[in-house]
Amino acid sequence: MAALFSARGYNIESLTVAPTEDDTLSRMTIVTVGSDQIIEQITKQLNKLIDVVRVIDLTDGPHIERELLLAKVVAKDRSREEVKRLVDIFRGRIIDVTNTTYIIELTGPGDKLNAFVESLGEIQIMEVVRSGVSGIARGDKALRS
Amino acid sequence: MELTGAEIVVRSLADEGVRHVFGYPGGAALHIYDALYKQDRVQHILARHEQGATHAADGYARATGLVGVVLVTSGPGVTNAVTGLATAHMDSIPMVLVAGQVPTHLIGDDAFQEVDTVGVTRPCVKHNFLVKDVADLAVTIKKAFFIASTGRPGPVVIDVPKDVTANSTKYSYPKSVKMRSYAPVRKGNRKQIKRAVELLLNAERPIIYTGGGVIQGGAEKELTKTVQALGYPCTNTLMGLGGFPASDPLFIGMLGMHGTYESNMAMYECDVMLAVGARFDDRVTGDLKKFSPTARIIHVDADPTSIGKNVRVEVPIVGEAKEVLADMNALIPDNGKRSNGEAIEKWWQRIKEWQGLKSLNYDRDSELIKPQFVIEKLFEVTGGDAFITSDVGQHQMWAAQFYHFDQPRRWINSGGLGTMGFGLPAAMGVQIAHPEATVACVTGEASVMMCIQELSTCKQYDLPIKIVNLNNRYMGMVRQWQEFFYDRRYSHSYMDALPDFVHLAESFGHTGICVEKPSEVEDALREMFGRKDQLVFMDFITDQTENVYPMIAAGAGHNEMHLQPLSDGKTPQAREVA
Repeated sequence: MAALFSARGYNIESLTVAPTEDDTLSRMTIVTVGSDQIIEQITKQLNKLIDVVRVIDLTDGPHIERELLLAKVVAKDRSREEVKRLVDIFRGRIIDVTNTTYIIELTGPGDKLNAFVESLGEIQIMEVVRSGVSGIARGDKALRS
Repeated sequence: MELTGAEIVVRSLADEGVRHVFGYPGGAALHIYDALYKQDRVQHILARHEQGATHAADGYARATGLVGVVLVTSGPGVTNAVTGLATAHMDSIPMVLVAGQVPTHLIGDDAFQEVDTVGVTRPCVKHNFLVKDVADLAVTIKKAFFIASTGRPGPVVIDVPKDVTANSTKYSYPKSVKMRSYAPVRKGNRKQIKRAVELLLNAERPIIYTGGGVIQGGAEKELTKTVQALGYPCTNTLMGLGGFPASDPLFIGMLGMHGTYESNMAMYECDVMLAVGARFDDRVTGDLKKFSPTARIIHVDADPTSIGKNVRVEVPIVGEAKEVLADMNALIPDNGKRSNGEAIEKWWQRIKEWQGLKSLNYDRDSELIKPQFVIEKLFEVTGGDAFITSDVGQHQMWAAQFYHFDQPRRWINSGGLGTMGFGLPAAMGVQIAHPEATVACVTGEASVMMCIQELSTCKQYDLPIKIVNLNNRYMGMVRQWQEFFYDRRYSHSYMDALPDFVHLAESFGHTGICVEKPSEVEDALREMFGRKDQLVFMDFITDQTENVYPMIAAGAGHNEMHLQPLSDGKTPQAREVA
């Protein structure tokens, strides 16, 4: 899949993949950018892969995107409280604590995670790891073969 | 009945109806070769290099419409075959390649002759499989043939580790196979077909542009009917030659970089274009910004990704050319009187003016052998009835321009990938498929050297191929570009230490003949084709300076063709304008 994107010169922002409730299927969410024509080509090219069962463009309709972010930040003295407050505002959780650090867990659409990272401002980030976006259509529409 | 994996491979091929396999043995494939030895349903043709084996299977497939089958060993066996796979992939040729692999417990170990076959071949095949369990072997082979031969055809690789070929299981070959993620569309959308026919019937400056999809899809009869019922001009891509009879007055020649003036101008000025089984390749379209500016395009293709990839299409129709054209034909009324009759007449007049330019003209009074002349004579001497394979370069273009193909599957060349070395091994495959047919390989002294070892295979299997070597002591097409675009700096395009091809052919046990004068060409060709049971290597010493015309430089538009300069130094366009 990733090789297809590089071979055809398409951009790939994120790609997530994991097994589903049907053990013969994995589900992938790909975030990419391009003109309508490029997105159409990407959809067709993905469909052409023999192992691909179905491709949908989630942005065609209302849908939900979620991404998980884990961040390890320096948290001591005054910044300890400030980080805690920020995490609460973004409805994240602190899931690991040492005398000088926190590990923060936060989920949401990509732009919310971006906003959170930005709002950390002066606070020193030691590491950030993001899962890439997983998406699902709203309502009773389902991705089924 | 229990069979070993190796026996299953061979039995499956036989049960699939495969009669010929092209290959080369090696360690990881030895069980399979042993199983081949013990049976006589599948004949193995031993090439002298895996590239040769793959091109031979490719030529076999192009000449017959059957799936070409290749058997190679792991590691270098596979990497040598990659060029052949990519060649077949670019031209949508059905092929199945079975590769030996190191035993499963050694995979990933950098074992002797190990390469990641699935990884290496993935970008140049339609699909590939690694079989880890002998129980999956027969069904995987069935799937491979199904995928290779349906939809837009292409090569499929089956990677079989040595222990899998040694293990045993109960054998039964599936009659058919269903895959939930692979269901090619055959029939086109009825509404779209109706729209397309309406558009065509109301066209004023129409053109029908068809490619390899018509040949691979066996749609030549349907296409001929469409074109003749409409009475519109038809042009073919390099891959599409023979899809519509070249001798039909509605045929206006090949289009693209070295297409005829009339084809390219008609493409440029058309108002409705019906494209069938063609993919708007850059060698066909030139600069996309200048491509057919006034055309409303109907595009019929088995592969949805081909549609709308390079140009905007008004009526896309996904489906097999044969089915879609048959449905279109049913909607085209027979009667000659149509509302657009007058416009079509005017359009043909315009095309006839362009044809009057005789864009394929060349100097017929030269004292040197003109390569075009050799092809013209080749066409005459063979009655236009030969299978012609070619390599890549100037000779390929001249063959395409001057050998007029009335039937499909007669013109066999590497169009998409442009693989030098293709012609000779491809001719072997054609001759194996059609032992009684006349098979000629039009080549050049640079291309033919790339798979020259296959002369040995030709000897072993008594393949009486006729090799027409247009020897200009240059990589002609490279030299032509260097002359036009690099100020005549002929960087490494000159072959400085060529073999004596006559003796070379003789050393392989064949006949070699050298021809140096234009007056000898026809008799030499007659002699060559008279020697029915021999491979004859005919070395034509041609004019070194000859260029392929017309030419659209890369990135130019269809209306910006260079034509053969005339003796007064003016180009024919300049004359027309004057």
